[in-house]
Amino acid sequence: MMQETLIPKIGVVTDIRIDTPDIKTFRVVGLDGKKVFEHMPGQCAMLSIPGVGEAMFSITSSPTNTEYMEFSIKKCGCLTTWLHAMDVGQQITIRGPYGKHFPVEDEFKGKDLMVVAGGVGLAPVRSVINYVRAKRQDYGKVMIVYGSRSKEDLLDYNEILSEWMQDDGVEVHLTIDRPQDDWDGHVGFVPNYVKELNPSKDYTVIMCGPPIMIKFTLANLKEMGFAETQVYTTMELRMKCGVGKCGRCNIGSKYVCKDGPVFRFDQLDALPNEY
Amino acid sequence: MRKLPIDQLSALFQAIAEKEALYIPADDSSGQARFQRWHEGMEMTQALNTVRSAKDFFFPQTENLVDFKLKGKEIEVIDPRTEHEDFVVFGVRGCDARSFTILDKVFLAEPVDTYYKSRREHGTIVSLACTHPEETCFCSTFGIDPAAPEGDARGWIEGDSLYLEALTEKGEKFLAAVADKTSECGDEAVRAQQEKTRDIAKKLPLHELNLTGFNGENMLKLFDSKKWGELSQACLGCGTCTFVCPTCQCYDIRDFNTGSGITRFRCWDSCMYSDFTKMASGNPRLTQLERFRQRFMHKLVYFPANNEGEYGCVGCGRCLAKCPISMNIVKVAKALAEEVR
Repeated sequence: MMQETLIPKIGVVTDIRIDTPDIKTFRVVGLDGKKVFEHMPGQCAMLSIPGVGEAMFSITSSPTNTEYMEFSIKKCGCLTTWLHAMDVGQQITIRGPYGKHFPVEDEFKGKDLMVVAGGVGLAPVRSVINYVRAKRQDYGKVMIVYGSRSKEDLLDYNEILSEWMQDDGVEVHLTIDRPQDDWDGHVGFVPNYVKELNPSKDYTVIMCGPPIMIKFTLANLKEMGFAETQVYTTMELRMKCGVGKCGRCNIGSKYVCKDGPVFRFDQLDALPNEY
Repeated sequence: MRKLPIDQLSALFQAIAEKEALYIPADDSSGQARFQRWHEGMEMTQALNTVRSAKDFFFPQTENLVDFKLKGKEIEVIDPRTEHEDFVVFGVRGCDARSFTILDKVFLAEPVDTYYKSRREHGTIVSLACTHPEETCFCSTFGIDPAAPEGDARGWIEGDSLYLEALTEKGEKFLAAVADKTSECGDEAVRAQQEKTRDIAKKLPLHELNLTGFNGENMLKLFDSKKWGELSQACLGCGTCTFVCPTCQCYDIRDFNTGSGITRFRCWDSCMYSDFTKMASGNPRLTQLERFRQRFMHKLVYFPANNEGEYGCVGCGRCLAKCPISMNIVKVAKALAEEVR
């Protein structure tokens, strides 16, 4: 039978973790208790509550997690507000995986990787981080620079402290926008922090966060001698079909849902600046 | 080639309709030509083409995709589709016949859209050659010959006869099914008509619109043109151009609460609308300039860049006739031509 792309499968929400004041992480399995489908780091899935809406979300869990998928979702619209209000046991619909993933099997292999993220921008790259941590021998050093508005807004804070920071060859640098009483770490914006850290130009960079963070971090990286061909990002545009047909996420000759969401900056340069 | 006396056209329609659903372009009660299911007494329109395109046959304006039943926290997913019946669309013009191959490039590309594919498999297209292309026609720009349209089978009305020729296996089947109504004939009359039609087409004001330079290489140059401001200034964002367009294929997916469940349907959408790209976090196409630009860049630059140079336009002229501010793809192409030549 031909694969039905627009007819979703059922997912069951088995756990809801409150990450920040406006981000929750949802654990999802199929009706059989197993993962609904396999994916690669950076790919996305269409989640929906019938009658409320359907939208594209990055799969934040690593494919090396064999039990379930996770989605870190910020409450900001109609569907996400509904998702935030639901309880464990709720069924949702899920279809995917969609899009091109980060080149973890080729271009990233053996490289030193620097992940730069801001706010909920950690969600799509957490998948890469945990994939690389699970296959440590295939990659070089890992440097993570992550910033948020406040300590409370840092996504996956417990996992960062208890797992990422404990790993050999993984450096984590956290920063928050404004000083806070219970924070003795770095204070300041991500683009400047990246500059202060003065990383080696050997790093392949994976970046995700608000447009303003991306713009200034990219400028700083270029100033430090990084080439656009070594910097990757993942994009977000409105989507309906997920398979390059509904026309919504079209940028130039590309569709973010199928040609992205992962792009290298030199690839983005060839496209109209409309995202 | 086979022919049939034109006064036997109704008998031909009758014979087709006995076997499968038949649609022909006919005038509705308000005098507008549109494809309608044939019934006895219905006659073909005298209008050159239908007001709306023929894309509805394969990509209907609204279509149910999936149904859901909700019970507490549980969801049941139901595929609402039933098998389509076979159907014949008679009298499709060359422009619309080409539009199907353009839509195929979108909907039959992997992953295949099974809704579209099923309709496509059940439909037989019998196109009809134009004899009097109008001033808004510019199909020849896209290599379409109005005197030799594409389709499963094609026909010509010349003198007292309808001439028919099969182009595909489906077309052969169609001709075989009506073989007792038609007789074998030569193609002299058709060839003479074709020459006349091509002469008329050559004299049309928009004949051979020059699209040199509208390609992927000039994407950014065309996108960044200063002309978009002026061109889009009066655009109302009504979306009429996209709705009458035979190749516009953007769609929306929405849910409707039927009272006993949820029906998820898709419907035509338009890149000309302000909420087309609107997200909770903002909108990358904030003004009508960006939306207007998207529509024309997609048809003239982005689509050909992905489809071996084939444009997303067939020159049917519907948007020229219907735009309330008289803006259209021809004016846009002419204005932008200076940027790339």
